[in-house]
Amino acid sequence: MTGPTKQPTPRPGDDSGRDRRGEDVIRLTGIGRTFDADPPVAALADVHLRVGRGDYLSIIGPSGSGKSTLLNVLGLLDLPDAGAYELEGVPTTSLADAERTAVRGARIGFVFQSFHLLAHRDVEENVMLGDLYVGARRAGRRERAVAALNRVGMGHRRTFRPGHLSGGERQRVAIARALIGNPALLLCDEPTGNLDSANTAAVLDLFDELKAAGTTLVVITHDETVSRRADRRVRITDGRLAPVPAAPAWSDETVVLPVVEGGR
Amino acid sequence: MRRRGGAAPVSRLDPRDLFAEALAGIGARPARTALTILGTVLGIGTLVTTLGVSATAGNQIAGRFDAATATEVTVDIPAPGSADDPPTVAWSSLADLTRLNGVTAAAAFARTQPGHEPSVRANTVRDPERVLDRALPVIGSTAGLAAAARTSITAGRFFDTGHVTRHDRVAVLGAQAAQSLGVTRIDNQPAVFVGGTPFTVIGILGPVARADEQALTGAVIVPWTAGDDALDLGPAGTVVITTALGAAPLIARQAPIALSPDDPAAVQVTAPPDPAALRTGVSDDVSTLLLILGLVSLIVGALGIANVTLVTVMERTAEIGLRRALGARRRHIAAQFLIESTAVGLLGGIVGASTGIVATVAISAARHWTPVLDVGLSGLAPVAGAVVGLLAGLYPAVRAARMQPVDALRGPS
Repeated sequence: MTGPTKQPTPRPGDDSGRDRRGEDVIRLTGIGRTFDADPPVAALADVHLRVGRGDYLSIIGPSGSGKSTLLNVLGLLDLPDAGAYELEGVPTTSLADAERTAVRGARIGFVFQSFHLLAHRDVEENVMLGDLYVGARRAGRRERAVAALNRVGMGHRRTFRPGHLSGGERQRVAIARALIGNPALLLCDEPTGNLDSANTAAVLDLFDELKAAGTTLVVITHDETVSRRADRRVRITDGRLAPVPAAPAWSDETVVLPVVEGGR
Repeated sequence: MRRRGGAAPVSRLDPRDLFAEALAGIGARPARTALTILGTVLGIGTLVTTLGVSATAGNQIAGRFDAATATEVTVDIPAPGSADDPPTVAWSSLADLTRLNGVTAAAAFARTQPGHEPSVRANTVRDPERVLDRALPVIGSTAGLAAAARTSITAGRFFDTGHVTRHDRVAVLGAQAAQSLGVTRIDNQPAVFVGGTPFTVIGILGPVARADEQALTGAVIVPWTAGDDALDLGPAGTVVITTALGAAPLIARQAPIALSPDDPAAVQVTAPPDPAALRTGVSDDVSTLLLILGLVSLIVGALGIANVTLVTVMERTAEIGLRRALGARRRHIAAQFLIESTAVGLLGGIVGASTGIVATVAISAARHWTPVLDVGLSGLAPVAGAVVGLLAGLYPAVRAARMQPVDALRGPS
């Protein structure tokens, strides 16, 4: 590096700092999160996680395992008490609230279990909402929304209200909303939790397509079937992460027993 | 890669997008919005109607005063301390008053004391079957009393200065006095006997237009000279003045000096209230209560907006969480809800002001009044509505902005 000695802080989406950091989108180091209670509840403890660009990771765990807390930390919705979280090489834990909000809006696309679509706005407006707060130009927003809808195969439902769509269609609209800003990370919280098996399959197929197109996906779920579609799986139990060994292809037909973690 | 402008890495929201989102929020629940607006409509409407109608009514009442009462001035002269003292107001000083610019008619008179009315009868026949004597007040007056009291004459004429100078024993009867004495015509030159002294009746009065001189209808009016001869009526006790329109306050100030230059303070002047003050006074009386009512409805309207906005914020918790997840800052959330409540207040103000103006015109039309509307009021009312909406939205907006995105996302959708 030449020029001024004072280095500018790399920002998400800022290409300058990326060469040193490699292609890691997420790098969690020793993350801990404890909630005030009597006695204090350690929802996350010493969590280490790396997600590279283009990865498709699933985090599986039962309710109460710290899954939601991990999602909130990954989504910059909550701050960890301990450890460091770098998103695209940017240390996020030291960011001010407004900056964290900006990174969240610009670099993370959220997909929720309950879709969170605005009932009184049509599909296109719902997708455009994803582009509202990130400083993107107003011109071309509609075109970007249409492009995102076409990517999820919902281009033919642009003028529909969410109430007139099936659950799978709604989730695809929500995914389009997350995709409109070209996020670094698509963070999915139980994306198929409200869907039947057919719609679940459609959404999972869509995830495969997005992955093939280079999107980085993190899917948090309690559902083994959903989890198994990911390239890499980690299990969260009592606030700690452990890798899940790759299962043989035929394991689709087997009953998966709970994995017993040893040596905690 | 996404476009990122500016140096500070913070979220931005185009004002046009902000307004679009706020208006979409209002439009999402039209029925609820309409009901919310209704509160402000009632408040602003009542206020505008109150102010409009009271201005109109005040103008109307003051207008009537201008036409009649505002020209009437009365001077009361206290009786001198003892019979030997010179009179406070000499009969001759009336000429000095009449000379004043703005006096259209003036007359001075003395009257018999209440309870000491002389007996008056229309003839000398002593009829044992009928009581013919009437105890009637007798007024000894200068020649211009009919004009000064704005009294019509139904028969004959009023006495003139000649009668007064000559001490002529002539009399003019008030309408009621004539009726009770049985005098209906004057062409047969009837006479009345006042305390035994005969007076020739030369005229009968009609209704008295001046409200403060109604006593004339029941009185026998004679020239003050003849009255003093026959009944010892004494010096003038009252001066009645009718002025030109608008001159009453001036004459009220000048009359004591003209009548009693030695001691102007000795006489007591009754003048009509200032028309301008009267207008305000009447308006105040009429409007204060309704104004309070309007303000109360406005406060109720504001509470309605605050309540509905708060409920809306709670209902839209998930939406708030979503917007925060999509990059909205707290101020974006607060601004959206503030604009929503302000717009609701503004709408209520516009509709309320229109309703109030229509109501004012309708009430004026029904009463055949000329509607008086303050142009500033119709402009100010929507602004007041917007301010009400803004204030009402403050607390809900703060509540919305304070929500943690994590908690909000779990809220009802």
